[in-house]
Amino acid sequence: MSNAMTDAPLLTAETVTKFYGARIGCRDVGFELYPGEVLAVVGESGSGKSTLLKLLSGQLAPSDGRVLYRMRDGVTRDILTLSEAERRFLFRTDWGFVHQHAEQGLRMGVSAGANVGERLMAVGWRHYGKIRTEAETWLERVEIDAGRIDERPTAYSGGMRQRLQIARNLVTAPRLVFMDEPTGGLDVSVQARLLDLVRGLVADLGLAAIVVTHDLAVARLLSHRILVMKDGRAIETGLTDQVLDDPREPYTQLLVSSILQP
Amino acid sequence: MSALATSGTVAASGYNFAYLDEQTKRMIRRAILKAIAIPGYQVPFASREMPMPYGWGTGGVQVTAAILGASDRLKVIDQGADDTTNAVSIRKFFEKTSGVATTTHTAEATIIQTRHRIPEKNLTADQVLVYQVPIPEPLRFLEPRETETRVMHALEDYGLMHVKLYEDIATHGHIATTYAYPVKVEDRYVMDPSPTPKFDNPKMNDCAALQLFGAGREKRIYALPPHTKVVSLDFDDHPFEPTKFDHACALCGATHTYLDEVITDDAGGRMFVCSDTDHCEERRAEGHRGALLGEAPAAIAGAAE
Repeated sequence: MSNAMTDAPLLTAETVTKFYGARIGCRDVGFELYPGEVLAVVGESGSGKSTLLKLLSGQLAPSDGRVLYRMRDGVTRDILTLSEAERRFLFRTDWGFVHQHAEQGLRMGVSAGANVGERLMAVGWRHYGKIRTEAETWLERVEIDAGRIDERPTAYSGGMRQRLQIARNLVTAPRLVFMDEPTGGLDVSVQARLLDLVRGLVADLGLAAIVVTHDLAVARLLSHRILVMKDGRAIETGLTDQVLDDPREPYTQLLVSSILQP
Repeated sequence: MSALATSGTVAASGYNFAYLDEQTKRMIRRAILKAIAIPGYQVPFASREMPMPYGWGTGGVQVTAAILGASDRLKVIDQGADDTTNAVSIRKFFEKTSGVATTTHTAEATIIQTRHRIPEKNLTADQVLVYQVPIPEPLRFLEPRETETRVMHALEDYGLMHVKLYEDIATHGHIATTYAYPVKVEDRYVMDPSPTPKFDNPKMNDCAALQLFGAGREKRIYALPPHTKVVSLDFDDHPFEPTKFDHACALCGATHTYLDEVITDDAGGRMFVCSDTDHCEERRAEGHRGALLGEAPAAIAGAAE
């Protein structure tokens, strides 16, 4: 556990439930996330991981329950009651969202520098030189050669795109980052490098993160705590090492034993 | 714009005054009033089929038809000129369907319909400038979803507009957008000034005349009431600069006007002339003479002969 935590939770989920008609998206999920803490949500496809992430980030309205977020001014608010303008403002300042497919999180038609600078310009930066310097700094931080700042993401490899997406999200120093399968579709060596990078950034910046993944290795490397989902319910939660080394639920035991041992 | 409601006379038989029926004009006027009330906001309207193709000014024509009164004097320009195809055909259209007087002199006109230019002469409080607009949405090429651009306007979420300018500087070293240069109206709405050259952007600010914008295909009307604050977007370290020309007009010698480049032979010969033909003719009538005026055929030299 990180020592950057303070006493009040950053994000609180209370009996968050979502029905798609008669089917269950997720049911009665509740947890507290503290500043600087990384929570992994694991489970197989269709277990409600992505639904949960959308509910937590306010992109989907829950059928029941609520999600509370402590804003920068210290006031805790129900994210459903935020106006569209406030929610968007959160999304370009205090929150980040890293998509599995970098194409969804990037503007593929504009240069890498503009991708990183977009959030800065959205919050009122109007000095080209400063925006560019900041973009260069961030490209270097995510190990992209600053000389490629004027290239479009289409010219980037998959791993670079994912790193660019991370830089674009972190440039406004968010406090909470949502990640949806951040390493999906990358080969293992690129995955390892990306995980290393994310782990370093999370520790340096004191970020809180909610990482959805079906890859237990990702959960083990990145997260402090883990939430195991099955059929829309959170069946087991606890410290990552504890849950992965000594799983209590039969399903979690199955998940852990399904990992190939090289 | 004299007497909105006095559109009683009928010019060519079989047509209502100024082509459109009165109910349509009423609908368009309501859109115009709303547009004036919210400067820079794009008001949807039920654009009609006009007897000309989209892209030929169907939006501007509908706006003009809706505000035209029997005592108005109409001027139509296309790229600043009164004698190009688009200008001539629209002028003839209104001569035929409304019988109103037309003019090529900016100062005499009460309504000026324009494609891509603002006249060089300062407009006055009793004039209306009607723009023909092809694409009213300034965010269109950055965000293709109409639903999303509407929300962005509603929430003043305009960071994306600067992304475009950033790209310009990153690619060209300066803001290379030379026409349809985005502006912010009264510190609120970002507006596409239609494809006018950015040379004309400063004229939109604090203009004494009412400015109306009609987009027929896209079914939008927007407006700048007189003396509205219009600011071209820029960066602190890359401020907005209107286009400057290294040449003087070859016919009237003007150094402060927007110039067209005219190729005169196939050996690299060229001349620069005012794109505002009326302004150029007036200057020549006043005795200003450009470098090439002596050699120009009588037809071009025009009023100065």
